[in-house]
Amino acid sequence: MEKMANELHVLAVDDSHVDRKVIERLLKISSCKVTAVESGRRALQYLGLDGEKTSVGIDGLKVNLILTDYSMPGMTGYELLKKIKESSALSKIPVVIMSSEKILPRIDRCLEEGAEEFLLKPVKLSDVKRLRDFILRGEGDNEETEKKIKEGSSRKRKFHEDSSTQSMPSSLVTGHDIQSKPESSAASVSQQPLPKQPKIG
Amino acid sequence: MQRQAAYMRRSLFDQEYLDEQFIQLEELQDDANPNFVEEVVNLYFTDSARFIRNIELALANGPYDFNKLDDMMYRFKGSSSSIGAKRVKSECSQFQEYCNQRNIEGCKRAFQGVKQEYATLKSKLDTYFQIAREAS
Repeated sequence: MEKMANELHVLAVDDSHVDRKVIERLLKISSCKVTAVESGRRALQYLGLDGEKTSVGIDGLKVNLILTDYSMPGMTGYELLKKIKESSALSKIPVVIMSSEKILPRIDRCLEEGAEEFLLKPVKLSDVKRLRDFILRGEGDNEETEKKIKEGSSRKRKFHEDSSTQSMPSSLVTGHDIQSKPESSAASVSQQPLPKQPKIG
Repeated sequence: MQRQAAYMRRSLFDQEYLDEQFIQLEELQDDANPNFVEEVVNLYFTDSARFIRNIELALANGPYDFNKLDDMMYRFKGSSSSIGAKRVKSECSQFQEYCNQRNIEGCKRAFQGVKQEYATLKSKLDTYFQIAREAS
């Protein structure tokens, strides 16, 4: 199902009341739905990963982004990140770590473990907006890119079988598409001389 | 009244009780959420009372666990930072320095500083919000 531009659902994890309230507001102002929890354990419960079956239908509210504090009692944000990336069901959800400490080895470790980004606290509105745009682009792009790749493959076959020139949508040969899937047909198509390049607005 | 509120607000920044983060919070306030800043600050006061009490207890007698003390102060400092409490944050850092040095007397002295700055800030912000409310 196509996600509307303003329906990102963010799971925010922070043991601080004050920070939870602020991050919730930042996200709501940025037109995101928010679920704020106080610990990694609660986050896993919400995501259905803690082994216990909860009564709430987890799939009813798909999470598009997990925003977690690093230093929390019990389970750290890093440990939460690991558990999410180890789960086949949830590993695709982007995870962003927040911390008031800029400790480079810590940042590296999180990024290596698959964190999308590391935000320094206190988090600003501009940080959240940037994050939201990045995630939205990722979500939209994935679906669109997949579609274009599929179109591209079928057109490529036609191109080789059929000597008549096929006009390709120019968007198929944008830099972005080529970078994301270098082995795809979009890349190989772009190398062919194309007499017609209609502009698709 | 409005001028008084504006004046007080200005001086809170000039005297470095508050920093940029407080302005960030103000920017999150709107007609639909007109008391957002005060709500966050009140939450901060509630949490702070607990943090301060716990640190006080931990400092009461030995053996002293400096890691635990540092951790507790780290959390209080984080909250303080989130509302822009500049002077309080600075005192917290001082306390953490003494923790690193395993200097309990230093910690106790620094903690007095933390409590003092916190009390002053609380008093000023309580007054400020009262004036601001009466002005609107």
